[in-house]
Amino acid sequence: MRLLGLGIFALVIAILPILFPENYYITVVGVTMFFHAILAVGLNLFMGYAGQISLGHAAFFGMGAYSSAILTTKFGWNPWLAMGAGALLVWCISYLVARPILRLKGHYLAMATLGFGIIIHIFLVQYDTLTGGPDGLSSIPELTILGWPINTDLRWYYFAAIVMLLSILFSLNLVASRHGRALQAVHGSEVAAQMMGIDTSKVKVHIFVISAVMAAITGSLFAHEQAFISPDSCSFFFSIELVTMVVLGGMASTFGAVFGAAILTYLPEFLVVFQDFKVLIFGGILMFIMIFLPEGLFVGLRKIVSYLRQGRKECLSS
Amino acid sequence: MRMYEQLLQYLITGITVGSAYALVGLGFAIIYNASDVVNFAQGEFVMIGAMSAIFLHAAGVPYVVALALAVLITVAVGMALEKFAIEPARNASVVSTIIITIGASILLRGAALLIWGKDIYGLKPFTGEQTIHLGPATLLPQNLWVMGGTAISVLLVKYFFDHTRTGKAILACSYNKKAAYLVGINVKKMLLISYGLSACLGAIAGILIAPITFFTYNAGVMLGLKGFSAAILGGMGNPMGAVAGGLMLGLLESIGAGLISSGYKDAIAFIIILLVLFFKPSGLFGKSAGERV
Amino acid sequence: MSFLLEVSDLEKSFGGVKAVNGVSFGVKKNTIFSVIGPNGAGKTTLFNLLTGIDKPDSGSILFNGKQLVGMPPYKIASHGISRTFQNLQIFFNMTVLENVMVGCHRLGKASMISAILCLPSTLNEEKVMEEKAIEALEFCGMADLMDLASDSLPYGQLKKLEIARALASEPALVLLDEPAAGLNDTETVELSQLITKIVDKGITVLLVEHNMGLVMDISDEVLVLNYGELLAQGIPSVIQKDPKVIAAYLGEE
Repeated sequence: MRLLGLGIFALVIAILPILFPENYYITVVGVTMFFHAILAVGLNLFMGYAGQISLGHAAFFGMGAYSSAILTTKFGWNPWLAMGAGALLVWCISYLVARPILRLKGHYLAMATLGFGIIIHIFLVQYDTLTGGPDGLSSIPELTILGWPINTDLRWYYFAAIVMLLSILFSLNLVASRHGRALQAVHGSEVAAQMMGIDTSKVKVHIFVISAVMAAITGSLFAHEQAFISPDSCSFFFSIELVTMVVLGGMASTFGAVFGAAILTYLPEFLVVFQDFKVLIFGGILMFIMIFLPEGLFVGLRKIVSYLRQGRKECLSS
Repeated sequence: MRMYEQLLQYLITGITVGSAYALVGLGFAIIYNASDVVNFAQGEFVMIGAMSAIFLHAAGVPYVVALALAVLITVAVGMALEKFAIEPARNASVVSTIIITIGASILLRGAALLIWGKDIYGLKPFTGEQTIHLGPATLLPQNLWVMGGTAISVLLVKYFFDHTRTGKAILACSYNKKAAYLVGINVKKMLLISYGLSACLGAIAGILIAPITFFTYNAGVMLGLKGFSAAILGGMGNPMGAVAGGLMLGLLESIGAGLISSGYKDAIAFIIILLVLFFKPSGLFGKSAGERV
Repeated sequence: MSFLLEVSDLEKSFGGVKAVNGVSFGVKKNTIFSVIGPNGAGKTTLFNLLTGIDKPDSGSILFNGKQLVGMPPYKIASHGISRTFQNLQIFFNMTVLENVMVGCHRLGKASMISAILCLPSTLNEEKVMEEKAIEALEFCGMADLMDLASDSLPYGQLKKLEIARALASEPALVLLDEPAAGLNDTETVELSQLITKIVDKGITVLLVEHNMGLVMDISDEVLVLNYGELLAQGIPSVIQKDPKVIAAYLGEE
């Protein structure tokens, strides 16, 4: 069933640029949305399924992006090796931080991840000899696949879409397995999960690292796509955006995360119309949805649809 | 002799900045105690207080009246936050409430952006700019206002919680809402007052430091985050601990900026958060909690 | 006579309070062993010690000859011990069937990579686990509820769900923590039948209970705790007549 949904989604993505060629909202904003979706899907495994919180995931995104940027521009590395190195770096750092941080829960976990994220960000801004400081790094070389360069909007569109669809597939597979249930068990009741033979700290660490590495790889892709990276792209605000995507879409739902990513990518584009009111409205929408649709839009909309359907049935019967 | 001179200067700067952190942390602790909410909009209270004061005064309102009005405006904002965002979502999960207050923070910043634009503003000092010499160090009269104003505010808050009926009622709510309700305490009103009080403290911090630090629409963000650090350092839920935490943070930042580097000084607050949460999550003065199976 | 579970000189203090004080006993295979005692006697602490949630200050716990003291809970569980909880610890974020399938966790071996790539090892495992979970639900008479959200079930069903979940891992020993709490008379009779069925299957049951009727009815052996100490141990008919036990529950004359 879910694979069918994924298939339809893939089809829609594939034909959109053909139906609406040269459309900024599809090819350019679309790529950003795909990147956001990968990030959201990864974070959703950690937050939605395993029930944890991270307010610092932008740090992993940034570390991946900067590893790629620094290794390719300053040391002439091959972009794919640089991406691998970035992923490895994040793998190590997230693994190191995971155990102490994941002993915490709720607000404390939130604050600790927040602190971690901001520390990384400050480092990226301050260590300017390596990172280019607040101005960032530019002239990041393009990615090539076996000699074929990804250097047009359309190529990036399809490449990013494929990576995103793969992430969604992997997430769906993981969730439907014994390991996926273990994740959710950790969320449901850690003590009961332990009594089922689940090493809950190991589970939390593993899923944290997986979501961190997914963020890092996305960061690397982003750096090559933009050919530029600055600390602004991986600030505390971006961490919050990512959390919002996951929550907005609906936790513990892979497609919900994608939905949330889509909304949060396109909403600012539409809000540009409101110019100075943009920030105000954005904050308002956020608050409104969290207060009245706390299970997220995906689940909330489903409920509204079924409620309306019920209403129509009652009208017909009377 | 150089070392001593510098140290005294760091001390002055540290206590000044620390006082602001203390007030923010205190406000944050009050809200956390009353409603179990991590209020990400805390820093915005400071910003609104400062900006309102600046603009009211610039619009011709007499200085002291402008300050008082600024505080009142911020209190109204704090209470509105409680009534329209926190109260309707009182059964929401931790993540939900975090996003709600983050949304509030964004909304308030958006409003500030709309009203005051992106420019940077300063406030006229309370009693002039004549530098005072304290041995080898210098300070402005405003520094004394910050320290004194903070001290008085903290003492008043302590008195409020220890000796007034309303204060004790709020404490009761923070220990056990249901029980407080059952003994006749109007929990909703107490929550409203807590948020108002917290906003008031934020506004006071804002108008105290506005003459020293310049303000803009997003100046509240870092202040808010550092206020959390202060509250965590002192022990989440321990108001006086938050005050001590704020002062300590201010001093550590000041000394760190002087001895190591001013660029990295912002990291100190967050390193503190990690260290405290890793090694003693209950903070310096807090109590540890357990879970019953 | 070798014991499946052998507890020797178990001690545990919390602050200044000695919750468990020098308790020793043995549980024979394939029996129903009940632990009773007035409130605060240390029953739940004992359970937490046996399952690794708390660490004893001293003493030993041997399971099939293996020392359990010092093992984290998940490791103890993987040796074939499972448990239900006094205050339900159902995974309310999952369906009834999924809850029980988590119980099968320790029976699975496929890696995370295999799961992500949907390799045959995972697919086969999933099928097996689903079958075992449905079996456990059928055993408890709940198979028709399997696709329901667990948070839609009434209390009595949730208690049975915990038992089904505990059975799904094919344990050698099941610890039931006040399974009759909150159940009405009909449900209690159902429960005693279920527990007897469990032992008939070859599983050993260790029970903590307040419901004296249930305990005396089905237990092979009863242990009485009072103030953390072993007050009496023996077959139900002997325990019921023991003056020390009666005094502990009803107070001295």
